Amino acid sequence: AHLDLKKIELYEMGWNLKDGLRECLVAAAPYGGPIALLKGHYRRSPSARPQLEIYSSSGLPLASFPWKSGVVKQLGWTVSDDLLCVQEDGTVLVYDLWGGFKRHFSMGNEVSQSQVLETKIFHSPYGTGVAILTGALRFTLATNIDDIKLRRLPEVPGLQEAPSCWAVLTQDRQSKVLVANGSQLFILDNTACTPVTPPGLSPQASSIVHMCVSFSYKYLALLTDSGHVWMGTSNLKEKLSEVDTKIKTPPKQMAWCRRPKSQQPSAVVMWDGLLIVVGECKETIQYHLDDDSVLVPELDGVRIISGTHHELLQEVPGACEEIFKIASMAPGALLLEAHKEYEKESQKADEYLREIKEQSLLSEAVRQCVEAAGHEHEPETQKTLLRAASFGKCFLSNFPPEQFVSMCRDLRVLNAVRDYTVGIPLTHTQFKQMTVQVLIDRLVYRKLYPLAIEVCRYLKTPEYQGVSRVLKHWACYKVQQKEESDEVIAKAVSVKLADAAGISYSEIATKAYESGRTELAIKLLEFEPRSGEQVPLLLKMKKSPLALSKAIESGDTDLVYTVVMYLKNELNRGDFFMMLRNQPVALSLYKQFCKHQEQDTLKDLFNQDDDHEELGNFYVKASYKDQRLEARVALLQSAVDEYYKAKNDFSAKTTEDEMRLLRFQRKLEEEKGEQLVGFSLHDTMTTLLSVGLHKHAEQLYKDFRVPDKRFWWLKLKALAEKEDWEELEKFGKTKKSPVGYLPFVEVCIKHHNKYEAKKYVSKVTPEQKVKAHLAVGDMEGAAEAAIERRNESEISTVLSRCSATTDHLLMERLNRAKATAVKK
Amino acid sequence: MAHTEWKDAPGLPDFSLLKRLARDQLIFLLEQLPGKKDLFIDADLMSPLDRIANVTILKFCLYTSSLKYTYFLFFFCRLCFLIRPRIQTVKWISDLVNADKVAGRFRRYKIIFTPQKFYACETVLEEQGVYGDVTTDEWNFYILPLDDDILSLELPEFFRDNFLEGDQRWVTTAGSALRLLQSVYGSFSKVYGIGRCAKMVYESWRELMEDGEQRTRQPEFAKVFLVDRDVDFVTPLCSQVVYEGLVDDLFRIKCGSVEFGPDVTSSDKSIKVMLNSQDKVFSEIRNEHFSNVFGFLSQKAKNLQTAYDKRRGMDIQQMKAFVADELKGLKQEHRLLSLHIGASESMMKKKTKQDFQELLKTEHSLLEGFEIRECITYIEEHINRQVSMIDSLRLLCLLSITENGLLSKDYRSLKAQYLQSYGIEHLLTFANLRQLGLLEEQQAGETLTVMESKVGKLVNDKTVGKLTDAFSSLAKKSNFRALSKRLALVPKSGEEYDLRVPRDMAYVFSGAYIPLSCKLIEQVLERDGWTGMEEVTRMLNGQEFAVTGGSSSSEARSKTDAQRIVLVMFLGGCTFSEISALRFLGKERGTYYVKQME
Repeated sequence: AHLDLKKIELYEMGWNLKDGLRECLVAAAPYGGPIALLKGHYRRSPSARPQLEIYSSSGLPLASFPWKSGVVKQLGWTVSDDLLCVQEDGTVLVYDLWGGFKRHFSMGNEVSQSQVLETKIFHSPYGTGVAILTGALRFTLATNIDDIKLRRLPEVPGLQEAPSCWAVLTQDRQSKVLVANGSQLFILDNTACTPVTPPGLSPQASSIVHMCVSFSYKYLALLTDSGHVWMGTSNLKEKLSEVDTKIKTPPKQMAWCRRPKSQQPSAVVMWDGLLIVVGECKETIQYHLDDDSVLVPELDGVRIISGTHHELLQEVPGACEEIFKIASMAPGALLLEAHKEYEKESQKADEYLREIKEQSLLSEAVRQCVEAAGHEHEPETQKTLLRAASFGKCFLSNFPPEQFVSMCRDLRVLNAVRDYTVGIPLTHTQFKQMTVQVLIDRLVYRKLYPLAIEVCRYLKTPEYQGVSRVLKHWACYKVQQKEESDEVIAKAVSVKLADAAGISYSEIATKAYESGRTELAIKLLEFEPRSGEQVPLLLKMKKSPLALSKAIESGDTDLVYTVVMYLKNELNRGDFFMMLRNQPVALSLYKQFCKHQEQDTLKDLFNQDDDHEELGNFYVKASYKDQRLEARVALLQSAVDEYYKAKNDFSAKTTEDEMRLLRFQRKLEEEKGEQLVGFSLHDTMTTLLSVGLHKHAEQLYKDFRVPDKRFWWLKLKALAEKEDWEELEKFGKTKKSPVGYLPFVEVCIKHHNKYEAKKYVSKVTPEQKVKAHLAVGDMEGAAEAAIERRNESEISTVLSRCSATTDHLLMERLNRAKATAVKK
Repeated sequence: MAHTEWKDAPGLPDFSLLKRLARDQLIFLLEQLPGKKDLFIDADLMSPLDRIANVTILKFCLYTSSLKYTYFLFFFCRLCFLIRPRIQTVKWISDLVNADKVAGRFRRYKIIFTPQKFYACETVLEEQGVYGDVTTDEWNFYILPLDDDILSLELPEFFRDNFLEGDQRWVTTAGSALRLLQSVYGSFSKVYGIGRCAKMVYESWRELMEDGEQRTRQPEFAKVFLVDRDVDFVTPLCSQVVYEGLVDDLFRIKCGSVEFGPDVTSSDKSIKVMLNSQDKVFSEIRNEHFSNVFGFLSQKAKNLQTAYDKRRGMDIQQMKAFVADELKGLKQEHRLLSLHIGASESMMKKKTKQDFQELLKTEHSLLEGFEIRECITYIEEHINRQVSMIDSLRLLCLLSITENGLLSKDYRSLKAQYLQSYGIEHLLTFANLRQLGLLEEQQAGETLTVMESKVGKLVNDKTVGKLTDAFSSLAKKSNFRALSKRLALVPKSGEEYDLRVPRDMAYVFSGAYIPLSCKLIEQVLERDGWTGMEEVTRMLNGQEFAVTGGSSSSEARSKTDAQRIVLVMFLGGCTFSEISALRFLGKERGTYYVKQME
């Protein structure tokens, strides 16, 4: 179990630090992130303020400013490239990559009272967390700084002074703290403090002096005062190895160096000027360090940053080892050799190829070369390997090209971001883990917009997640540039964003508003196609008329309601009404609302508009809701007044009539005890007639100028209903019926009185004679009438009613008559 | 059904998917409030709910009750309300919550709004001070498939809110419904529409589509046609004479089912019947003109008898097979047949009476524009005799629309008559009808049409056409008469119309009138747009549009079956006559129409 390591120089640092990293508080973000330095931090003289400096991984300065706040205990980076500065009093200040202050938050009263002793900043699937050991020797934890929920962990028994070392673990979807107090080890979670023992820890140790957890939280390494490094799983169930470093002084830093899926554990321990890598075997690998350095643990290795250099130490990947091992016979190595010979135009190429093909390992060889290329940092080596792979591919049919193609693309992107000027030294493994999305974000944070867009286009990221997002960030940054005028910025933004899909102009406008540029924000909102997005911001900027018209434009009533309700609370009533008045859609919506919620407001609205017609209607409606007669009449009177004002004489008159009718009905109700109030005129008369109050019915007939026809119909029906045939006959004789006499016939038949019906048949007009005869069932009479009138269709009607058995003769006559009628 | 008769007609998409989606979401929402709970359902949601979910899925709520504004007995401390987003209902719930608070009862409340939540409702909760006490949710139950070819939004208030009150809150709902259809059944290649609301629905839908991701699957609908109800008010004002329409007019079809009263069932019970293509008898007569139905039914009865008679002379084995295979089907058919015979009998009783014939005659005269005076007299009598409140109004509106408003004198006298008959509260009815443009008084300058109709009687057809055009360009309102002429909505009178063999869509109104809405659809689909119909659209107040679908790939797509399915969406409801007419059109063209109504 031999450990193969390689140390690659990533950059020669671009910074110029006089004293190197000595006396600096350093924090470097993983995944090749930025580096923060707090210079002169340890000097602690009140006169000289420490200087906070931020650099890229290649040492290019991003920001620098004197530190004016309290004493900083710890620096750290969040997953979204924000700098966290934890102060002694438990306040955490958040800065962006460019040293701009973003916000601050506190880790709680308990922390600020007992002061911060030590701090660790950690990353988990839930975001970036902060763990604090207070002066009272208690731990306080926040798992996600974007959604702070402080957790105070239970007490560690027997802890008298600061523990010798501790670390944060993420296990079972929970953040826990592992504490070493001398030789004792405890796990602290939300509820309990559990003592644990690492299996097989060598007994010589009396104290654990250092510990570190792997990047994935799966493995744990402990360093004892006897100089032994114990390595095992972080759940403390399994020991992987234990190695004696033979150095008993406490180290400066320790970190895991294992790459994912590696066969063996490996950790790096750093002392002043010395770096030791321990693995499975007893032998350790030692490196000499010239300068003060900092270890930055990564997913697949450790970066070592010193005052002058930036290096990556990692286990040699399997594929690279197979290919580059001296005298390797691995398929990849042979393929590389074959390609070299081929370029030299030597026939040996064929020999090598044949050798691979004989073992039918060519596809394996290609795969190895592609994979190895991914792990190489040197573009020349990458190219050699990829060329070899491409060469090998020529001899393969059906070899899927995706791996090769995507590797070429990835490497191109990686080489671009590894460039000194960009300074993001990502390995291929890290890149795959962090995803393109995050990489683009990082580029955006660094304001490398053109590069970000280039990457998006090159990797064919969907526009929505790629180019558009970058452009949005660019625009948000652009609107904060105070030196340019609103017009210029708005124009620049709109030109650049014009054809990008899924751009939210409202977000950009919000940014503009937040940086105090309301006018610019309004200009930008004009570009926003979705009104739903415009309105809330317009309201926030107190541009309510504009918000209202935008909301109405959108056709989304909810949005209109939102604005209307906001205005209702914001403006005084008069202004509010005035504003609605200019917006009919909003007005009608508000009226809808008032109908159910605020009847009085509705009235006020009509009043303000001088809408007397509607007011009249309103009163009429109200009058029907009231039970008491006086109130109803009063309301109707108001309606009458309004109708007159509206010059609607018709409605006014009708309403007056109704009032009269109501009074009349009440009077009669009191006198005669008939239920009448609320009936229509027609129904009132029907009721009166049916109970025999003919006089009163007559009175209504005259008073309300009821048309003759109606009255006749009414009386006719009512009398027939009562079967008052005598009265009916009398009525029929009073004067010539305005409705004719057919209704008399019909009404009698309806009440099965054929005898009475026949009385009226003779009075019916000639046109209706046939109908009348048919109604009383007088076939002959009908036939006579029809024949007399020589009307073909009437004859047919009669014919259709005749039955063949009884009316045989009649039918003959009719048929004859029909024939003549048709002839004519 | 059309697609069984017409081999070439494309198969319809499977709409049961929509039901399943809605059901799953409802179950999910109900489970959000764990444990047993009282569930209250808005009264008019009961029937739609019945169509997609049965009681078994609601079994975890022990007590289910329809929401009425009365006193309740509560069993559990969790109350769940499934309601339409109406201010009144929300207010009622707020009162209930407040009453509980006063009484010191602690309960958990959840309101599920369907199809969506409205801000106004939340405002009410806030104003009543219960916003923090209730949780709210949305059940996006936009579309209820009523039949193989009918979808419905089941929003009875759509018409009133949108056209009368000017409240456009349902526009987004309709847009979302379209989006739902599109996401389930693929995108449409072409969208046509006419009317203000249709345009807004289209806009809202397009906006929604921009937000979401594009799907590039084979579409199951080719075209969509959106039409506002107010484009064609005439059709719904006419008495229906196709079987399904008559059933609706007489018994009210609600949510695809109808309740036949004792006079139909010839027993003392009412029976609720589902009316859809599953009902073999109904599916054959639904689109028939009423005069054919009885003959058909009796033929059917004879066939049934023959089928029953087969039993005679069967041996045991055959009998066994008969009982096992056929009898159940026959029994079922028997039951349905007797129901429909009962229904058509009671229709006969009501509709063959003199009254109805005269009513139809008047309607036809109005549509043709002849003997208007007589019609007015008839209407007057109709009102005076209190024949039917609704029918009278219907006639009045028809008169107003076809004549482009009533003469001032007529308007006032008829209105006064109506108020005398049915009470002064109808002042408000008239105000509403006027707002809608359904029943109007001619203004002084608007007597043109009267003049025109007088002129029309004097001169020959050709000149009438010219004159009509001249007049209609002067009149600002829609002009039914001119439209009717241009689109040939009213067939030449005098020709015999054989209702057994329908010639065109006019058969749904006894050959007297082709529904305007359906004619428009036919014309636009034929022309693939509005070109050549500028005159017509101008008379309908414009607002027409035709847009080719979003995805460019649709052009390259070959003409498949699905390309012939057309979705027609009536914004504000449609009548069964229109559905029948569209079914007829579908049969003629081998196209298939799916209708959607509010």
